Amino acid sequence: MSLEFQLNGKTVRTEVDPEMPLLWYLRDHAHLTGTKYGCGVGACGACTVHLDGAAARSCTLPLRAVAGHRITTIEGISQGDRLHPVQAAWIAEDVPQCGYCQVGQIMATIALLKQNPNPTDADIASLTNLCRCGTYPRIRKAIRRAAATGGTR
Amino acid sequence: MTATPTLDRRGFLAISATAAGGLLLTRVVPASAASAMAEAADSIPIGVFIRIEPNDRVTIGARDPEIGQGVKTSLPMLIAEELDVAWSQVSVTQLPLGLEKDSGPMGLRWKYGPQGAGGSTSVPESWDDLRQAGADARRLLVRAAAARWKTDPDRLSTKAGQVIHPDGRKLRYGELAAAAAKLTPESKPAPLKSPDQFTIIGTPTRVIDAREIVTGRAQYGIDTYVPGALTAVIARCPYFDGTIERYDDSKALKVPGVRQVLTMDGPALGAPLTANLAAGVAVLADDTWSALKGREALEIVWKQGPHAAESSADLDGQCERLLAGTQVTKRARDDGDLDAALKSAAKVVTATYRVPFVSHAPMEPQNCFADVRPGRVSIIAPTQQPGSASRVANAITGVDRLQIDVRMTRVGGGFGRRLSNDYVAEAVLLSKRSGKPIKLVWTREDDMAHDWYRPFGHHQLTAGVDASGTVTGWSHRLASASKYYRRSDVEPQDLWTSEIYPDDFPAALIPNLRYDWLAVESGMIRGSWRAPAHNANAFVVESFVDEVAHATGQNPLDLRLKLLGEARELKYGQHGGPIFDTGRLKNVLQIAADRIGWPRLVEPGHGIGLACHFTFGGYAAHAMEVSVDQAGELKILRCICAVDVGQPVNPLGLEAQMMSGTIDGISTALNLEITVKDGQVVEKNFPDYPLLQNAQAPDVEVHIVRSTKTPSGAGEIGLPTAAPALCNAIFAATGVRIRRLPIRTQLKEAGARG
Repeated sequence: MSLEFQLNGKTVRTEVDPEMPLLWYLRDHAHLTGTKYGCGVGACGACTVHLDGAAARSCTLPLRAVAGHRITTIEGISQGDRLHPVQAAWIAEDVPQCGYCQVGQIMATIALLKQNPNPTDADIASLTNLCRCGTYPRIRKAIRRAAATGGTR
Repeated sequence: MTATPTLDRRGFLAISATAAGGLLLTRVVPASAASAMAEAADSIPIGVFIRIEPNDRVTIGARDPEIGQGVKTSLPMLIAEELDVAWSQVSVTQLPLGLEKDSGPMGLRWKYGPQGAGGSTSVPESWDDLRQAGADARRLLVRAAAARWKTDPDRLSTKAGQVIHPDGRKLRYGELAAAAAKLTPESKPAPLKSPDQFTIIGTPTRVIDAREIVTGRAQYGIDTYVPGALTAVIARCPYFDGTIERYDDSKALKVPGVRQVLTMDGPALGAPLTANLAAGVAVLADDTWSALKGREALEIVWKQGPHAAESSADLDGQCERLLAGTQVTKRARDDGDLDAALKSAAKVVTATYRVPFVSHAPMEPQNCFADVRPGRVSIIAPTQQPGSASRVANAITGVDRLQIDVRMTRVGGGFGRRLSNDYVAEAVLLSKRSGKPIKLVWTREDDMAHDWYRPFGHHQLTAGVDASGTVTGWSHRLASASKYYRRSDVEPQDLWTSEIYPDDFPAALIPNLRYDWLAVESGMIRGSWRAPAHNANAFVVESFVDEVAHATGQNPLDLRLKLLGEARELKYGQHGGPIFDTGRLKNVLQIAADRIGWPRLVEPGHGIGLACHFTFGGYAAHAMEVSVDQAGELKILRCICAVDVGQPVNPLGLEAQMMSGTIDGISTALNLEITVKDGQVVEKNFPDYPLLQNAQAPDVEVHIVRSTKTPSGAGEIGLPTAAPALCNAIFAATGVRIRRLPIRTQLKEAGARG
């Protein structure tokens, strides 16, 4: 049985087990390793991608559930050398420490700003992606910076 | 995956050398890998750390593992400073483990100097030799310019990657590199800059890999994909020191993609923990999902082993019995006459605190790529100790250590977990046994159940105070399960040395003082967790100073300053010594207190708490203001951290580390505990082990003391004082004294009691 979906703007067709979480398809089969494994139970958000433009945790999303849908990963976010404003804000505020969770944080932020271009502190606090290094203060600054510089792109 | 043969050693090197400083497989990003190799081809090595291209691009090798503490940025800054280049010219590449033959008794020496990330040592250990490496390379470039101009090198100066003639002529390093590389280095070390000449050290500098990280291109261990490798997951025995009674792999082998099932023994009972931690059944498969499904299909009956009855309740009971008795395993310090001091004291204060086991829980679970071939081994791993990874691979395979190639990826968090290479041992063992290159992956559940946990303990503190409020006697009795559990390099009589540092505050500051250690028996595997010993002892000591102050009607700031006394240097014989400067500690404490406006009247339900501590050569203090409402809801309103680690190398990175230590300390104090039941770990994943989220993490105002003293590390010093400052603030707000961590629902329960 094969299934089909849009991945970073291209149609992909795959024969792999439809129960396979999207995360492992992305990493092991599509070789898109920017999306990270952290917990496998949807608790940490390291695996956040966009499903039809909204943040989704790919570790608990079976492939059959994405058939016919649009998936964007971090590899589909920047255009060539041009960074997305959220990525640029992350660099400007020097957010990353170990950096492992940051792709998920960025994907969650892009989805938030798309829905809500001027988030309040409470809106920002609603992000539940975990960062073991404790970069939250700089994440918040980067989100505010991105919102101020057109992070909704 | 297709069965492509593994890369030979040369192929391995080629794919590793990319501008991103990590592993980019040609399969994944062919264009950029190819261009990076082309760039490298015309670069000229000057010493072992520096390569200069004709276009003036300078590549600096980073020798220590980057675990988020920022050394891939800060160590190359040391070299770049003395090389005298502009930081914008610099690219950084992660060096592999460098060992070379030596005629000494070890037979091996470091090629690049010591490589590891532990004990906050990277910056202090590199301060001299990496600056020297930069200065020596700069001198070669100056000599090359002098030869070109037929002049005396002493007449020449350098700036931002150029050698400058007094008449104004300039030569770029890129023009000089080829000639400089042919010169014989002088034996005498080149002179170093004075701090007022620094242009890079002390300048806020962003994370060198930030662009790779935010675009998802940064390579972590788990991102290692080598054609032909099988993915392995292991079902490990959940019981400490348990074994495999029997297993059935017939269903697992029927799962599509599963290739092989192998068993492995755990460490021998009571033997040192030098390789893998647990007996297990490994599933080798074409991809991660098949391996996970294969593991789920295994039927295993475990033999429970000798610790099957162990539980957190039993450990608490053991500690209580030990502290109620008079037996002492080790009297670590005994100054003056404590008993007499307590007898004659106007007031005796005593309190017992409990500190739980905690897990490291780095965001990137353990993983390792290993390829064992006849006569050689290739390892790619997120590790804090590449040298010991090589040692464990040698022990398992017998392959000469010079033929063991260890590559370090970026590491998705360390916190001490990856000082141990048990997961490297597993991957090497599986590759050796299967004859295949193996990528071993741990799940989050594997990581939480098989950690080297921060030791659990009960601390009984007693202070005698005279009528004038002077502390005349101090006793700290600690019942704990030593971190040095089954360590091959620690003798049984030295187990206490990981638990109590005899020169820690308030030693030498109170005339009658005793530190005792009482050994707790446990089958839990223990190890180093960010600021080992200090992460528990600073909480206890700084909470208790606060208790003594309140019990004797003294201002907690004044009591701390009084205890520290005159600014002076005390002998400090443990890690982080040889000096503990009471003046530097008083200074950071006073800064934190001033910034929060101590002493200040606050509204009811609010409170301010302070704490300060010396850890691994650095000095830190926290001041926090909290509010606790009637229902016990806690808010951290303000959080200040003052730090003195000597000369700041990268103030932006230092600030990040202080925020990180602070939030880690708060997260752990509020919510985190690993419990034991029936000889195994209870918590499974983040829902049971709730790391702090964005909504609860305060902003942290970091104040860095300006200094030109030799720097100490920053990865750990931000943590120890966060928990006691928080708990002291909670006491000030509510009158509730937190003596058991984590805090969790204690304030709500106290609120309900009224």
